[in-house]
Amino acid sequence: MSENVYIIGAGIHPFGRTDSRSGREQGVYAVREALTDAGLEWPDIECAYGGSAAAGNADIMVNELGLTSLPFTNVANGCATGGSALAASQQAIASGMYDLALAVGFDKHPRGAFNAKPSDYGLPEWYGQTGMMLTTQFFALKIQRYMQLHGISRTTLGRVAEKAFRNGTITPHAWRRSPVDLDTIMNAPMINDPLTKYMFCSPAEGAVALILASEKKMKELGADGVKIRAVAVKTRPPNSFEVFQAGISIEEGGKPTILASQAAFEKAGIGPEDISVAQLQDTESGAEIMHMAENGFCKDGEQEEWLANGWTEIAGGKLPVNTDGGCLACGEPIGASGLRQVYENVTQLRQRAGERQVPGKPRFGYSHVYGAPGLSGVAILERE
Amino acid sequence: MGQKIDPNLWSDDPQPHLMGGRLPSGQIVFPMPTGDSAEGVEPYKLARRGKLWSWTSQGFLPKEPYEGPGSGPGEGPPDFQPFLLGYVELPGEVIVESRIVDARLEDLHLGMDLEFCIVPFNARYDTFAFRPVAAAESQAA
Repeated sequence: MSENVYIIGAGIHPFGRTDSRSGREQGVYAVREALTDAGLEWPDIECAYGGSAAAGNADIMVNELGLTSLPFTNVANGCATGGSALAASQQAIASGMYDLALAVGFDKHPRGAFNAKPSDYGLPEWYGQTGMMLTTQFFALKIQRYMQLHGISRTTLGRVAEKAFRNGTITPHAWRRSPVDLDTIMNAPMINDPLTKYMFCSPAEGAVALILASEKKMKELGADGVKIRAVAVKTRPPNSFEVFQAGISIEEGGKPTILASQAAFEKAGIGPEDISVAQLQDTESGAEIMHMAENGFCKDGEQEEWLANGWTEIAGGKLPVNTDGGCLACGEPIGASGLRQVYENVTQLRQRAGERQVPGKPRFGYSHVYGAPGLSGVAILERE
Repeated sequence: MGQKIDPNLWSDDPQPHLMGGRLPSGQIVFPMPTGDSAEGVEPYKLARRGKLWSWTSQGFLPKEPYEGPGSGPGEGPPDFQPFLLGYVELPGEVIVESRIVDARLEDLHLGMDLEFCIVPFNARYDTFAFRPVAAAESQAA
């Protein structure tokens, strides 16, 4: 029987641009915030997992945090870096080996970052040379087909972005804090049809740290913990359609998000209807729409009705989605992005989200991250 | 005619074919794998006609390693020529990502008939593309 694991401390460095701090310094800032939140000191932490995609190794943080000789494992898993760090620290405690663990993710990307090299992804050079190796194209190609097959309108894409910026205005850690109206979003320069400039997130900076504890330790400390009901990370199954594919199978395959979502719900022993608040990967507007269905919250095509009726708004009645503005309002520091979603759910379940607090007493929080080359991580948290 | 952007990307037939591979399982893949991954994979000439599976536009200058118009020394965004691209389903074979030429964005629709062609890419290279069958026929006439 594995141990129950709780998040007892959560810290964040505001997302966006912070010229005065390196990515790792933002990580250290987040760790200190999380320690304060949990009422702990750095020497209390028994093991750590963390990383960044472009801002260096996490284990060097011991220079600033203290040389306590703890085992500190660097995680380098692209967009799933945060999710993988969370999964590893959760397992470290569930195994009974440790009572207190740290998961940390941080990053710092300059404007216009994310230029991928074909050889890093096992692709021929012509794919990059001819201008086909752009993540933004993949998202546009995926939502374009989805819109044709399931009757999703361009206005619905715009509504997702409008909601994100509106939620960003009431979120202290968000980057974009000003509202953007639907007309401006719809009439902005087209990046890749049907997605305009305001429908994409941007490379950014930021850091998140979470402190995990065993049930025994949480009670001993009298800490304010949120239970991790399930964590699932899945890579792509055969014949799936993912970012950076010059050829796709004619057989329709599975999707890593569907696999991760089903595995997490199965482990948690609950269903989509039980979730009170969800953070879904929204690298662009279309992703949030498709991920609503892939994670089981609605059927393909129903998003049109959901968005028109405001059912994903903070006080929308059905399921608040991306309550802190998601990637669209916070930007995407790759190593920190997945943990930001978990941070937001911890904040919502503890009912400490201030102006953006979802109504009632939210019990289950759901987070989902997706990234290249086709992997998804899902975490379900519970307020007991 | 420029050089082929990759010598093995399409066949040298008078009517060229994009080159895929046939796996031992019979599955057709694109592109043809290289190195150890090519073991047991037979080069396979893909169909020249297919149907549009999805599409988008590229409205801004891509970053490195893009080598098309706008990327050269002394060039920039004003030199960039926006282009269309998409996925084309080759019936019974594989769905390939390609440039779409001789078409306007507003004309593209799911399932439209497209045909393989070779197009100039930059001062040095040609690349492959698909174009509407109607456009191909009017040019041949």
